[in-house]
Amino acid sequence: MRDSNRPLIGKLDRRSFLRLTGLAGGGLMLGVTAGCSENDPPPPAFTADGKPAFQPNAYIQISEDGIVIYAPSPEIGQGVKTSLPMIAAEELDAAWDDVTVVQAPIDPERFPRQVAGGSTSIPGLWMPMRQAGAVARDMLVSAAALRWEVDAGEVETRDSMAVHRPTGRTLSYRELASAAAQLPVPDPDDVPLQSPDQWTLIGKRIGGVDNRPLVTGAPLFGIDKQLPDMVHASFVKCPAAGGRVKSANLDVVKRQPGVIDAFVVKGTGVPTELLDGVAIIARDTWCAFKAREVLEVDWDESTAAADSWQAAQDRARELAGGNGPEEVVDKGNVEKALEAAATRVEGFYQYAFVSHAQLEPQNTTGWFHDGKLELWAPTQTPQSALELVARVLDLDPADVTIHQMRAGGGFGRRLMNDYVVEAAAIAMRVDGPVKLTWKREDDMAHDFYRAGGFHALRAGLDADGRVTAWDNHFISFTHDGEEPVRGGGHDGNIDPGPFVRNYRITQTLLPWQVPTGYWRAPGSNVIAFAHQGFLHELSTAAGRDHLAFMLELLGKSRWLDEGSQWALHTGRAAGVIRKAAEAAGWGRDLPEGHGLGLAFYFSHAGHVAEVAEVSVGPNRRVDVHRVTVAADVGPIVNLSGAENQVKGSVIDGLSAMLGQRVTFESGRAQELNFHQYPLLRIPRAPEVDVHFIQSDYPPTGLGEPALPPLAPAVANAIFAATGERVRRMPLTAAGFS
Amino acid sequence: MRLKVNGRDHEVSPIREDTPLLWVLRDHLGLVGTKFGCGIAQCGACTVLLDGTPVYACQLPASALEGRDITTIEGLAGADGTLHLVQQAWIDHDVPQCGYCQAGQMLRAAALLAQNPSPSVDQVDAALAPSLCRCGTYNRIRSATLDAAAALASDATAGAAAVTGGDHA
Repeated sequence: MRDSNRPLIGKLDRRSFLRLTGLAGGGLMLGVTAGCSENDPPPPAFTADGKPAFQPNAYIQISEDGIVIYAPSPEIGQGVKTSLPMIAAEELDAAWDDVTVVQAPIDPERFPRQVAGGSTSIPGLWMPMRQAGAVARDMLVSAAALRWEVDAGEVETRDSMAVHRPTGRTLSYRELASAAAQLPVPDPDDVPLQSPDQWTLIGKRIGGVDNRPLVTGAPLFGIDKQLPDMVHASFVKCPAAGGRVKSANLDVVKRQPGVIDAFVVKGTGVPTELLDGVAIIARDTWCAFKAREVLEVDWDESTAAADSWQAAQDRARELAGGNGPEEVVDKGNVEKALEAAATRVEGFYQYAFVSHAQLEPQNTTGWFHDGKLELWAPTQTPQSALELVARVLDLDPADVTIHQMRAGGGFGRRLMNDYVVEAAAIAMRVDGPVKLTWKREDDMAHDFYRAGGFHALRAGLDADGRVTAWDNHFISFTHDGEEPVRGGGHDGNIDPGPFVRNYRITQTLLPWQVPTGYWRAPGSNVIAFAHQGFLHELSTAAGRDHLAFMLELLGKSRWLDEGSQWALHTGRAAGVIRKAAEAAGWGRDLPEGHGLGLAFYFSHAGHVAEVAEVSVGPNRRVDVHRVTVAADVGPIVNLSGAENQVKGSVIDGLSAMLGQRVTFESGRAQELNFHQYPLLRIPRAPEVDVHFIQSDYPPTGLGEPALPPLAPAVANAIFAATGERVRRMPLTAAGFS
Repeated sequence: MRLKVNGRDHEVSPIREDTPLLWVLRDHLGLVGTKFGCGIAQCGACTVLLDGTPVYACQLPASALEGRDITTIEGLAGADGTLHLVQQAWIDHDVPQCGYCQAGQMLRAAALLAQNPSPSVDQVDAALAPSLCRCGTYNRIRSATLDAAAALASDATAGAAAVTGGDHA
């Protein structure tokens, strides 16, 4: 991640080839080629209407029509279509109301980083977006100085204008655009950036740039794509992942009302690419869905998943007593320290598989015409989608265009592009545009699930209540017999590893074929539950206050990896723990039956602490009344969007913790729609109180790190309220409601 | 068949008789603001107003709705583009994250305020419970709905707009 924070813009400015592949979702196609050396002006650029424009880099375009800032990354609800352009606008000194944000075309040549994942957008694009704005501003200042025949040092900027300080003369950026376009592009590293005390936009509350179209129902999402004479597709795969089509009653299907065609698509057998299935093409989505009811497929399941969640749980319990064959980390002498401990504590934690359940079902619209394939896809990884489609379908990547569509949630599911490839494969066989829409049941049966897992934890405390030993036998899964499944690994360096002298993690990997993937804060979202819950078991066993216990564990203020700004800093950790505790009123008198639980987690470079206030009522109903969050992710770019991410993470974390699990028998997901897979509804949503500690460290992402602390905070609060320890997710599997 | 949506009559091209309103709106009338989420009346993404009452468009065969008044999110604002108080409150509170569920949420909020111009928090929760938000925007949905109610109380003429979902004449 440190590498990704290096300025990338210089390479872009010196590019010798500029390709504009359509603006604002397609339409106009411009091809511009221009030789360009370091001291040349930027290559000629044009607006969507064909007017000349000042475009010193890929992110900014200024013309007489106004200021356009390109949002490079997919918008999946994390707010980057607003926050990333804000960063450039700040350095540009543009008035935000003057800025039009346009979703950038998918083009790895011009935009080296078009991905929504890993909470990396802000840290990865912070410097490129700043430099993009600063370079443009610098050139506009030079253009104004030339026009006025004054020294550039006398020119300042504000509100999309250059101002000649001594005389008060002004020129708008629009007026300066054509002159600026004639100037050489400076090396971004030579252009000074604003200091935080000069910021007028960063840190403000800015509403989402798509809010108006969103509240009026304008077409924005992938599933909203419409093209003339478009037809609709449904795709049926084997309910056990990896099954192949032997035969299907296509003739019967084709006779159904509204059905245009039905055919078998042969896949590669790789779930991330393309699996076998039957495509049904119809005049509308409903006709395609209904025709499935008469479809009969003879599946060859010899290569399909046959996994059983019940069998995996049984096996994990058998194994829990011992250690795993894989040694992830072994520091000090855990066995000896456990023997010498004044108090020993054990706990077996487990959690189920979950689905991403983003509300917009998977979909992509494809149109193969003139030897080229156009795709409209709500994906988190459009650049890899393009490469994948080209590879699987044996197309030249230059003949594939991906139009980035707003995604109705991602949560990690749309890092995988299986549905994009399906739509592409179908589009290759349909005359005209076709939209593939998955049913919810397709989505839940063919997810890349967050893996379930098990942690057999043991720890020792000395007579003073300090942790002297920590042992975790982590039982997870493997697809290939060697590597853990996605999100089922263990980096060996997580809390509280660095703080305990004798520390061991061993791992057992159970064979598993059902596809797994990355679910918001992968790994962290479950390990936080086990480790932060178990830490509370230790402070309880030691008779200590959990806040004091955690602060003592962290020790003195320091980076755990000196020189890395992406490492845990114990001072930042202590800062958010103290802040959350203080804001939640840690130690205060609580209503009868209420308890407070505290947890901290560090993930995706974010330090986050949360305190949950919980009571457990009749029928063991868990009520989370309030969650107080303190987060340190450096400076906040968009305060409104950042609060949204934190509040959403907390509610998402609670939603998953309460009742979500996907179980499997014979390789088949057993929960296929929301009546079997409950998402939290508004009456049970706690108020979430958000506090940011805006440290001076470079900003890091916020899509994920506020999620992991929620589950252990709630589990610890349930213990505080009832004396019952929660070691299992979802809570419904532990008998709660 | 003909459907009256947002005050306008639409001629619907031939459909299967059992086609739910959702797919007629989306695939035949091009009104894609009404969303598909689950298909089984669980998520509320497909919520529209039928004679002012929130319903699941994924469950109602369109063929049974001739002559009824259907309001979708595209029809919530006034004909002149003036936003409904609920839509304005959604913008003021920066409610949406991904935004996919919000059409259903706003229509339920608008229907609630038309019936009960000053709801309690519990009444807001009860009215909006059928609509899932996967991103967890519930805190802001609550505060935006209550703010819209407050704006309604302070503006009697706006109240008429809330009841009818705007003027489609």
